[in-house]
Amino acid sequence: MGIATRAAYGKILETELYKNEKVVVLDADLGNATKSMSFKEAAPKRYFDMGISEQDMMGTAAGLAASGKVPIASTFAVFAAGRAFGQIRNSIAYPKLNVKIAATHAGLTVGEDGGSHQAVEDIALMRSLPNMTVINPADAKEAEEVLKAAVQYYGPVYIRLGRAAVEDLHDEHYQFNWGKGEILLEGKDVGIIATGIMVGKALAVAAELAKEGIEARVINMHTIKPIDRTLILETAELTGKIVTAEEHSVIGGLGSAVSEVLSQERPTKMAMVGIQDSFGESGSPKDLLEKYGLTEKDIMLAVKKIIKYA
Amino acid sequence: MIKEEFERRAKQVRKNIVQMIAAAGSGHPGGSLSVADILVVLYFDAMHIDAKNPGLETRDRFVLSKGHSAPALYAVLAERGYFPKEELMKLRKCGAMLQGHPDMKRIPGVDMSTGSLGQGLSAANGMALSAKLDQADWRVYVVVGDGELQEGQIWEAVMSSAHYGLDNLTLFVDHNGLQIDGTNDEVMKVMPIAEKFRVFGWNAIEINGHDFEEICSAIQLAKHTKGRPTVIVAETVKGKGVSFMENQVGWHGKALDEVQCRQALEELTGGEA
Repeated sequence: MGIATRAAYGKILETELYKNEKVVVLDADLGNATKSMSFKEAAPKRYFDMGISEQDMMGTAAGLAASGKVPIASTFAVFAAGRAFGQIRNSIAYPKLNVKIAATHAGLTVGEDGGSHQAVEDIALMRSLPNMTVINPADAKEAEEVLKAAVQYYGPVYIRLGRAAVEDLHDEHYQFNWGKGEILLEGKDVGIIATGIMVGKALAVAAELAKEGIEARVINMHTIKPIDRTLILETAELTGKIVTAEEHSVIGGLGSAVSEVLSQERPTKMAMVGIQDSFGESGSPKDLLEKYGLTEKDIMLAVKKIIKYA
Repeated sequence: MIKEEFERRAKQVRKNIVQMIAAAGSGHPGGSLSVADILVVLYFDAMHIDAKNPGLETRDRFVLSKGHSAPALYAVLAERGYFPKEELMKLRKCGAMLQGHPDMKRIPGVDMSTGSLGQGLSAANGMALSAKLDQADWRVYVVVGDGELQEGQIWEAVMSSAHYGLDNLTLFVDHNGLQIDGTNDEVMKVMPIAEKFRVFGWNAIEINGHDFEEICSAIQLAKHTKGRPTVIVAETVKGKGVSFMENQVGWHGKALDEVQCRQALEELTGGEA
């Protein structure tokens, strides 16, 4: 098992991003949990704890960006995308200011804190904003590379990070391709397009399917917006059947983004693995993933179903 | 700058405001007229700016947090030479540069996009922090409305400015006492304003927001205050300068028709034509 993507965020702040004098980091009294605090050690003058005030934090980040800084604002995804939505919309996305939002503790795997703290709609919210780029790294290495790339890119970026450890899918040579989905496995029978913590599960499912002679093409769709249309169409062309998997509501997330492309350009039979229009609840990440249908077994069932009916 | 010169500029700005709102057929004359004198002092006297180089890195920044008063800002920017005055008459028209609320991506001289009340002071704090980080001596000026103080984010930002000792930031409260649904007192009390800021750690100055001398000297006091931000609570008259608009709740967000526009211009011209 690797480390959590939030831990990777903390690591890259401390080992690399602090060297860029333009980078400033803001947090809303969660620096220890989001791991942004590690930046404070490396560059104390460029670290601003804004207290428990996410709206003010996003607005302040906007002002810093308007004056040439590259602010990274962190807090839990549920507060970033939800509570400060209006500030992200009007003060950051509308003027296209160069703010990076590192939203941690996303999805069900925040666990025991329960439904109030589980952002299962943040991708939908952020994806709906013009000018916003939305990226959901699958493992620690990818999170590091995404953060490095986001700081180089000009414009608002929402980076979705998790609380729990995730297995490593990439080695130290991995290069993140901005806006291009990653083909992890080639196959012609079904396309599994996954994002975030579901990517590793999709790979495991593909290995099981292979034993039955079913070849799955597995895609890591780290960037949800702008979505890699070419890769989606190519995968649909190749396999004729698509399964999406995300730790997010099936309303407005990766599944929706993929279906928006396919329904207009190449209608393709789809199945979506994700949270079915529901809030979460307290529990261990493992129990919650099972209860809300986000396990390898659920992806397998979706694949079997779509192969049968396609 | 001498008083007569301020008065001449302010009169011209007010005429532009009523004309552009009448031409647009919509907009917010009341709060634009109440804040006009403050903007005239900032843009014609107090701020270090260069209309020929709106993006000058060392310029003072301005954030109109009460973004609906954009006509006042646009009129001042046009008078100051940021863009041709013809643009004013295209306000709010599809495809025009001048949006209903300030848009920094389209309009030269606009330092921050605003329009959702309560957000401007946070952005201004970010700018002031940036200047501090760079040890630069440019300053940040912000205007909020009195009704806008009802937004919770304002008080988050008020805490931040004081916490980070942003003495390079000056906030004006355009205190005309009225908002869309009625007086501040009827809708949601905001008084006492200066005292609230003082207990939050700010330097607070109360002035007549239509007295050029008082506006100028308050800005000077703010510049010389070290270690904490300054708020200038400016007593103003909503609809200032147009008799039938002054202190009228109904003129918050309503355009003048042709007859009203003519009358307003006559009053503002004061027989000088």
